Amino acid sequence: MEEDLKYKLISDFKLMESSLNGEAKSPFHKIRQDAISVFEELGFPVKKLEEWKYTNLNNITKNKFRQFLIPEKINLSYEEVASFIYPGFEGNLIVLINGHYSVKFSKIVTQTDGVYIGSFSEAREKFSDIFQNHFAKYADYYRNSLTALNTAFAIDGVFIHVEKNITVNEPVLILNIADSRDESLIAQPRNLFVMEEGSSVNIIDDYYTIGEHPFFTNSVIEVVLKNNASLDHYKIQNDGSNAFHIGTIQVEQSRDSKFTNSTISWGGSLIRNNLNAVLNGENSESHFYGLYLLKDKQFVDNHTLVDHAVPNCNSNELYKGLIDDKATGVFNGKIMVRKDAQKTNAYQSNKNILLSADAKINAKPQLEIFADDVKCSHGATSGQLDQNSMFYLQSRGISKDEAKILLMNAFSSDVIDSVKIDSLRDYLHSQLFKKLKK
Amino acid sequence: MITIKNLKARVEDKEILKGINLQINAGEIHAIMGPNGSGKSTLASVLAGKEGYEVTGGEVIFEGKELLDLDPEERAREGLFLAFQYPVEIPGVSNTNFMKTALNEVRKARGEEPLSASEFLKLLKEKAALVGLNPEYLSRYVNDGFSGGEKKRNEIFQLAMLNPKFSILDETDSGLDIDALKIVADGVNKIKNKNNSFLVITHYQRLLNYIVPDFVHVMYDGRIVKSGGKELALHLEENGYDWIKEIEVTA
Ligand SMILES: Nc1ncnc2c1ncn2[C@@H]1O[C@H](COP(=O)(O)OP(=O)(O)O)[C@@H](O)[C@H]1O
Ligand SMILES: [Mg+2]
Repeated sequence: MEEDLKYKLISDFKLMESSLNGEAKSPFHKIRQDAISVFEELGFPVKKLEEWKYTNLNNITKNKFRQFLIPEKINLSYEEVASFIYPGFEGNLIVLINGHYSVKFSKIVTQTDGVYIGSFSEAREKFSDIFQNHFAKYADYYRNSLTALNTAFAIDGVFIHVEKNITVNEPVLILNIADSRDESLIAQPRNLFVMEEGSSVNIIDDYYTIGEHPFFTNSVIEVVLKNNASLDHYKIQNDGSNAFHIGTIQVEQSRDSKFTNSTISWGGSLIRNNLNAVLNGENSESHFYGLYLLKDKQFVDNHTLVDHAVPNCNSNELYKGLIDDKATGVFNGKIMVRKDAQKTNAYQSNKNILLSADAKINAKPQLEIFADDVKCSHGATSGQLDQNSMFYLQSRGISKDEAKILLMNAFSSDVIDSVKIDSLRDYLHSQLFKKLKK
Repeated sequence: MITIKNLKARVEDKEILKGINLQINAGEIHAIMGPNGSGKSTLASVLAGKEGYEVTGGEVIFEGKELLDLDPEERAREGLFLAFQYPVEIPGVSNTNFMKTALNEVRKARGEEPLSASEFLKLLKEKAALVGLNPEYLSRYVNDGFSGGEKKRNEIFQLAMLNPKFSILDETDSGLDIDALKIVADGVNKIKNKNNSFLVITHYQRLLNYIVPDFVHVMYDGRIVKSGGKELALHLEENGYDWIKEIEVTA
């Protein structure tokens, strides 16, 4: 089955290639060709690979997805798009429909010189130097077949470039809308965020599905943070139960840079979030937060890697899950501390509450430490709601259900508290409460 | 108000309450004293409906209802309150939100409308002042990082907020210094009226100087072995519990 999908995608690639005209000879396309041959060789990841041990892609590969190549007629109204924008949002709006930048719905409000926020495909010529230096330089497509697949189909997505010492005050909301009303599709947005020295920006990556056919998003984001640059990235997954999501975020950090990611997984059938940061400059820091609320047969795998390549860097990870019904959570967090990376501080924590007998969590912390003067810790817990707390709340007249909601809310809140955009944080708190009430 | 008849209960395989009889009327304050491990907290837990205690005999009638048939939250809504010996810390739930949720539930059960935000805040401040709880603690998480004394104050604060008919105070005095003890006792005395009643569990007579009981019961090994007036507390203070053990042996 996976072979079927594999060859279907390879033929989609040829179809894409035949429509390229002159571009087919560009160095950019050479990378795509390189990538498709890697994909052809590796195929879809299988469970016997250590990194995919807990993640079974059969539910994805059994489908006949078509690669969405050119933005065909999109039957969407402004009202429908607006319904996906969280209340209180102010800033730059980018709408990606099936991975393609929609000029019609996107609205860039930042007018500062030296800031580009826009379509990946539009930017490729204008910023050819930056693309040459950074595109596909970090997300390793030689060893990751899904990154290879995305790279092969790197057509559109979001490109952000902020020049030296510029703070972008207006956050960027990227609405990723998966439209599977007509057929099963695969979307492969490719994003590149390059932050020059001392620049900063906040990005909200929001995922929604419309339609009932199976939909597969395979996205790659490469983030480059030069000295003292900072980026807060919020990934909110609201996909439907027919949607599969594999997303890779690859972050390259220089001295004094700061990266924060908070990933909130509300919905989706199968989710794999790869989040990798390479701390390649001293005094850089990375903060990863994750919250997953799983029910039915949902599956969410947060797969993180923090690579401490140089001394004096800090990383911190906090992932929390509430897992109900027959859902499964996976947390696989690897911390690598290289030989020279003395005075590293690296912390990792994964906490889970299992709300039913069939709920499952696989937690796999991996510390690979080759330096001797470091502070590293990890902890993973899973259990039920605390019975003493339940009784205490009930003894004050609060019903069992309400007490559960209070405790689940309390358990999850600190992840949402990590969100620094007030309107987004308030919205997420109210979303959390709503979802717990169900 | 509450009638406990021959109540027997066990935890795991151990019988702890071995036939408790107690009748508390509206407007009364009863004290239960007794050495550690005699079953005082177990009695409180069974009355409040904590899981893990198996009632093996007897019955409890609370305001005409079979108390033991009710869930813990139903008991609270009927007007029973337990001030815990060891209050639970609940990080992530603010004291204010906790009390708002609880008060709305209790009011709903009494057929009352929820309080408006401003009425609620007013009540919150008034009751915090009544028990000398620093208002700063209201916005903190429930008992999270509170000192022993603050936790106990917080229990009595909750009592004041919910205005129950029958309150059990389990070793509320432990962890309180004498000044705090006076304030908290003073709060209880202000709450006390002819329609509510209290069961004060304590190890020491000290608290009973401030919350003066109408009756004192001595509990030993899962039974009430002696009952009397407030002078019994003084007797215990002077003579310790050893003589009780002898009563038990001869009985
Ligand atoms: N949850 C429990 N599990 C096992 N034993 C318990 C439990 N709770 C109380 N006990 C036992 O029951 C007896 C009475 O305890 P308790 O009611 O706390 O006494 P008191 O409050 O009078 O000091 C003690 O022997 C104690 O060890
Ligand atoms: Mg006790």
